[in-house]
Amino acid sequence: MIELKKVTDCILNTVEEFNKQASEDQQLERSVDTPLFGRESKLDSLGLVNFIVAAEQQILETFEESVSLADEKALSQKNSPFKTVSSLAQYAYELLKESE
Amino acid sequence: MKEKSIVLITGTRKGIGRYLAEYYVKKGMQVIGCSRSQSDFQHENYEHFCLDIANEAEIRKMFSVIFKKHKKLDVLINNAGVASMNHSLLTPIKTVHKLVNTNFIGTFLMCREAAKLMKIKNTGRIVNFVTVAIPLHLDGEAVYAATKASVVSLTQILSREFASFGITVNAIGPTPVETDLIRSVPKDKIDKLINRQAIKRFGEMEDISNVIDFFIKPESNFITSQIIYLGGIS
Repeated sequence: MIELKKVTDCILNTVEEFNKQASEDQQLERSVDTPLFGRESKLDSLGLVNFIVAAEQQILETFEESVSLADEKALSQKNSPFKTVSSLAQYAYELLKESE
Repeated sequence: MKEKSIVLITGTRKGIGRYLAEYYVKKGMQVIGCSRSQSDFQHENYEHFCLDIANEAEIRKMFSVIFKKHKKLDVLINNAGVASMNHSLLTPIKTVHKLVNTNFIGTFLMCREAAKLMKIKNTGRIVNFVTVAIPLHLDGEAVYAATKASVVSLTQILSREFASFGITVNAIGPTPVETDLIRSVPKDKIDKLINRQAIKRFGEMEDISNVIDFFIKPESNFITSQIIYLGGIS
């Protein structure tokens, strides 16, 4: 059974993995409130792509499920799920629940 | 002991795909094949998935299984394709959708999902299939050639997007090979086409595996974004 906490930990682990390869100005804080998208985010557009791909990979390795975080649903949502670590975790949790 | 390479080939039920599945199994690789219907090829180093390569959910499910079982993917050969030889004025829209779905969307989805798995090991080889109908501008093949031309663009751009992950993306454009794909094409059309090649003969299966072998070998890590047409067509 998928738990939101486990998905959140997974996205937080993504932050750590991402930081290992990211440039100094794109280092992210390991927190659920860290902004990923929008003015407050440290990520540029390519940085966001890399982060989302890293998150998909982390989800695959943790839950053995291939999810596409950047699907149409995500791109059309008023409040983008990429806004913060916690909103992304919530969105990934919903996708994983759907494929359960 | 060296880890076995995992090769995913689309359209393995018959024709070139079937040949490639048997060829790479014989070379000691673990081959994963897929097609719309069941394959009668059975081997301990061959696994088959029944799916439509344009169906995103089915594709994702297959990649989840591949990850669970093998934890990696080394090579993707996007062989699956459908052809339709018809004057554009007599081409139904249903045919156009079918060709776009399989030849372009299917190839794109496979590349995208494969790259996610390949990225884990920071290495991978993708080989797409295009056609000599693109450089030869063959009349009667407008839709087929256009869908395959989109695969040329896809190959060249993905090669740049995936380069930092250690993944190369190349394509092969075979000349006519005697398979089901060209069975419905009139003989005089095929003869005319072969006459436009520098080397005037049908392509053989070995001509195709030879180019793919070159693309996928470890030493080819500096070869990407290339389209190789057989028979001296350019």
